[in-house]
Amino acid sequence: MSSTTNPSTHHTSTIGAIGAPSRRNTELALLVFAVVIPVFAYANVGLAINNQVPSGLLSYGLGLGLLAGVAHLVVRKFAPYADPLLLPLATLLNGLGLVVIWRLDQSKLLQSIKQAGTAAPRQLLYTAMGIALFIVVLIFLKDHRVLQRYTYISMVGALVLLLLPLVPGLGANIYGAKIWISVAGFSIQPGEFAKIVLAIFFAGYLMVKRDALALASRRFMGLYLPRGRDLGPILVVWFISILILVFETDLGTSLLFFGMFVIMLYVATERTSWIVFGLLMSAAGAVGVASFEPHVKMRVQAWLDPMKEYTLSQAGVGGHSEQSMQALWAFGSGGTLGSGLGQGHSDLIRFAANSDFILATFGEELGLAGIMALLLIYGLIVERGVRTALAARDPFGKLLAIGLSGAFALQVFVVSGGVMGLIPLTGMTMPFVAYGGSSVIANWALVGILIRISDTARRPAPAPASNPDAEMTQVVRP
Amino acid sequence: MSELTLTVMRLGFLAVLWLFVIVAVQVIRSDLFGTRVTQRGARREAARPQQAARQAAAPPQQRGQQSGGGGRQRRNAPTKLVVTEGTLTGTTVALQGQTITLGRAHDSTIVLDDDYASSRHARIYPDRDGQWIVEDLGSTNGTYLDRSRLTTPTPIPLGAPIRIGKTVIELRK
Repeated sequence: MSSTTNPSTHHTSTIGAIGAPSRRNTELALLVFAVVIPVFAYANVGLAINNQVPSGLLSYGLGLGLLAGVAHLVVRKFAPYADPLLLPLATLLNGLGLVVIWRLDQSKLLQSIKQAGTAAPRQLLYTAMGIALFIVVLIFLKDHRVLQRYTYISMVGALVLLLLPLVPGLGANIYGAKIWISVAGFSIQPGEFAKIVLAIFFAGYLMVKRDALALASRRFMGLYLPRGRDLGPILVVWFISILILVFETDLGTSLLFFGMFVIMLYVATERTSWIVFGLLMSAAGAVGVASFEPHVKMRVQAWLDPMKEYTLSQAGVGGHSEQSMQALWAFGSGGTLGSGLGQGHSDLIRFAANSDFILATFGEELGLAGIMALLLIYGLIVERGVRTALAARDPFGKLLAIGLSGAFALQVFVVSGGVMGLIPLTGMTMPFVAYGGSSVIANWALVGILIRISDTARRPAPAPASNPDAEMTQVVRP
Repeated sequence: MSELTLTVMRLGFLAVLWLFVIVAVQVIRSDLFGTRVTQRGARREAARPQQAARQAAAPPQQRGQQSGGGGRQRRNAPTKLVVTEGTLTGTTVALQGQTITLGRAHDSTIVLDDDYASSRHARIYPDRDGQWIVEDLGSTNGTYLDRSRLTTPTPIPLGAPIRIGKTVIELRK
């Protein structure tokens, strides 16, 4: 209205945090809730399968509760301003995963074909190791900016981790994908850890190079074409991810790394052209590899026509997989509200029922309603990660948080999309839920880093420097 | 186990799962509004009805005078003086044509409890056109408008900080 005399005062607004509560008590309340839900589910499975409350109820419940409690106390002590949701959400997913793995352990069918029946105690052990790593991260990583110093060391480390499965004698070819290494009887999936290390490298690299990548470009057909020398790194990363795809036949991991790099590049430079380039390059790479790599080709066929694959597999033709179709049937028979925990037949999927295909069990026994809640919980973790990135005050922390949560989101998308038949199936694990030590441990470390960044981001800002104007008027004159 | 119990447990479990999601979203919601936005423009809007009410309550002849004698000037006139820094932060004084004196002396309109202020430090008064003027009364440490020390009586722009010792005041609508 009458803004002619002094426009400077009219549209100014200041934003300040209100007393920055630490919200640790909210976290504790949610954590109790997140432990009670799996205990309830556990009792439900026992009642449905064996007609009695399972004998391990107390030990599993106390085990999970103890781990969550220790994690909470460490957060309270070492990251008092951290986001209150990340820990309860991760705990709930982990607990639900434990219950469903235990439920699949009870299946007579699965027990008859392999050494099932022991997966749940092992998963609880992995969870303990994961939370131990989470605690180590929180205690020893006092400030996430320290990681910035190890930008190029992380690059080398990530490449070593990715190449380890190809080393003869160390790598193990399990079910057509060479993504495991076996050390002292344990099989480890180095790709899960490489994800975090690579995010550190990308964040450190892009923080330094983002201006060159964003500004030194020509405009062509509405797109910003970057210079060749700036395009170099993205080409190198693309090439490496294609190499992974070819030599380790691991579609998921290569998609994950390339996607994470494109997301971080986009966030660092705000140039849509990177997304266009990224999509084109990943599509070209995937189509190229799928046309001559038999393992990937088979996956694509199973995606395009799962029923045909199922028929061929039932007819005894080798090299075909019946799982894609079985997973779809599991989702279908679950319907809207599911068959109830312990009352489905997803154990018919047999192989990988408790790892890659665990989502099918959720879909059948909890139905659409349960799957949507589960995906929303994943979504909330990603949202808290992005929120952390928004709140972070340093560019490195911003990029690292967005990279980690982007990788997490991509992994959830790639796995659930694969199981539900939206994209070709890839050999990746659903974070926290699926059976697998590397996955659980690496994802707890990921959440630990996010909590560290969010603690720094939400910590109340130090008192502003005293106003220089104040010096003039506060002079004691003789 | 009876069919009914299992059905109840199945539905109950889904309900509990969704309850968790909803509680988590509630926590996010309270987090989203965890910042305080101070909008100068909004405050002006909020002050406007007050001013309008006062105008309506004013005697008719005075209202006529207001609308006649340079209405635009009138509309932009400040209505209150606000202390934004110092021990008196938050104090407001309505501007109704009276002279406001500032200083450590007890009979000042605003008594400054400030070691850097003189007993009769400055005064703020309207001139004949209704423009508010600040004048330094020969204080030791001086009075500053924005960042310049006052030497003569000076008109006060809206929102400009007047600095006296540790105290900062400004005029607002």
